[in-house]
Amino acid sequence: MLKLYDYELSGNCYKVRLLLSFLAIPYEQEMIDFYPGKQHKSPEFRQINPLGQLPVIDDNGLVLRDAQALLVYLASKYDESGKWYPRDNPDLLGQISQWLAFADAITGTASAARLHDALFYAHIDVVKARAAAHELFRTLDEHLFFAEEGGQDWICPGDHPTIADIACFPYIILSEEGGIARIDYPAIRRWCDRFKRIPGFVVMSGVFPAGPAADDRAKVAVPGQ
Amino acid sequence: MSTSKCDDQVTLDHWYAIAPIAEIEGAGIQQTTLLEQPIAYARNSARDVVVWTHEGVPGDVPDRNCLPVRERYGYVWTTLGAPEHDVFPIPEYAEADRRNIHAATFGVNVSAPRVIENFLDMGHFPFVHTDILGAEPHTEVKEYFVEVSEDPDEIVASNCKFWQPMAAAASTGGADVDYIYRVPHPYCSVLYKSSPLDESRKDVIAIFVQPLSQEQVRAHMLLSLLDDTNNDTDIRLFQQTIFGQDKPILENQYPKRLPLDPRAETPIRADKSAIAYRRWLSEKGITYGVIPSAA
Repeated sequence: MLKLYDYELSGNCYKVRLLLSFLAIPYEQEMIDFYPGKQHKSPEFRQINPLGQLPVIDDNGLVLRDAQALLVYLASKYDESGKWYPRDNPDLLGQISQWLAFADAITGTASAARLHDALFYAHIDVVKARAAAHELFRTLDEHLFFAEEGGQDWICPGDHPTIADIACFPYIILSEEGGIARIDYPAIRRWCDRFKRIPGFVVMSGVFPAGPAADDRAKVAVPGQ
Repeated sequence: MSTSKCDDQVTLDHWYAIAPIAEIEGAGIQQTTLLEQPIAYARNSARDVVVWTHEGVPGDVPDRNCLPVRERYGYVWTTLGAPEHDVFPIPEYAEADRRNIHAATFGVNVSAPRVIENFLDMGHFPFVHTDILGAEPHTEVKEYFVEVSEDPDEIVASNCKFWQPMAAAASTGGADVDYIYRVPHPYCSVLYKSSPLDESRKDVIAIFVQPLSQEQVRAHMLLSLLDDTNNDTDIRLFQQTIFGQDKPILENQYPKRLPLDPRAETPIRADKSAIAYRRWLSEKGITYGVIPSAA
């Protein structure tokens, strides 16, 4: 069975858990004592990932690391609909790759600020990290605003979310833990709400589910009908 | 000395956990902040824990002018003032069959009293810790007792009962769980909850809040549990998941400081312990991390 080396509070691990849940792929978790045990930096774990980072998967002997790479691999291998990572659509693949790199930049800034505030990563210049995260959020907010204007719900064009949405979501929704407010990014906030309503969505510690509003609206009987 | 530092003598005259002892081993000189005062800590050549204040650069481990140090419950405690008493007792910690585990030290952008008040609150369990410490429709906080004693100087909330789907890492299903809360320190609380293993005894979860400033803290979490099945990692991760759920709630409270004026926020019956806590802080004359009531 597919094994995920996992840590609950890691947004990068959460990306993988999200996709596995959206695709309903069964997997086993091996919980790593990331903090305070620093088990991911242990010699034993470096046998699994020499970089000493989470997440890692072991899919029947194929050991892979890096959240974005895992999204590409898992969607390519297990998504029968082909919608999360459409392998036959070069235009879309180019755009997805562009936003996967963008997601990595969010990790380098918004996630870094969160580690600084919550786990005392003193070497991080938190002022710089927050400012850089705001620049990225501004860019994404504008992109999503124009996408919405064009009738699009997701980061990449089409009627279905892609792994680009999954890659960007965790460290955006956790940004306030690093002191990065999302109040100035209304299109990002609307996109977060839509994301939380994708069937199969799961929360992580620090992320709350969407309210029942969308479902309820569907259920409310329209007067006169 | 900077004028922005804590001038609340009542707050200064308490002991504060500043780091888990295990973190000091072989790590050289480490730095943190207590009540806006930069401090450093390390083991000296005699293997004693030394804590000292500095203004930006910690320098070498000093051999005098150090702060008082206590090693209690797996943490280093120190003080910038002159505490009247020793660190409050947690007798269960010494029981031979307990697992004493440092769950985490997490930074939270909120005042220390807001953390304690959230720790005392049962009303949020079904909504914030859904399917772990609570679940709808089991949302009622039943009547419980709150006593404030003078000797020892602490608040005790007892007879607290709550239905919990997954009360601890060792739980196998939902159960009515009994809670007792102690607040023996303005910024520390000790919780006793039914043990899934032994109905005559209780698991202990303690939170020791180290105020970095009036609106930023380090929260140290100690577990002293009866659990013969889970490993330390599972037990820690369970507690970290719980605290990770509280964190955004804490950081979104406004004002970040706890208002002590009884009219400032509207309590409900379930907030009985919080009302006693706010009154207790007021009577002590605490001004740090709070908005004191108008005289």
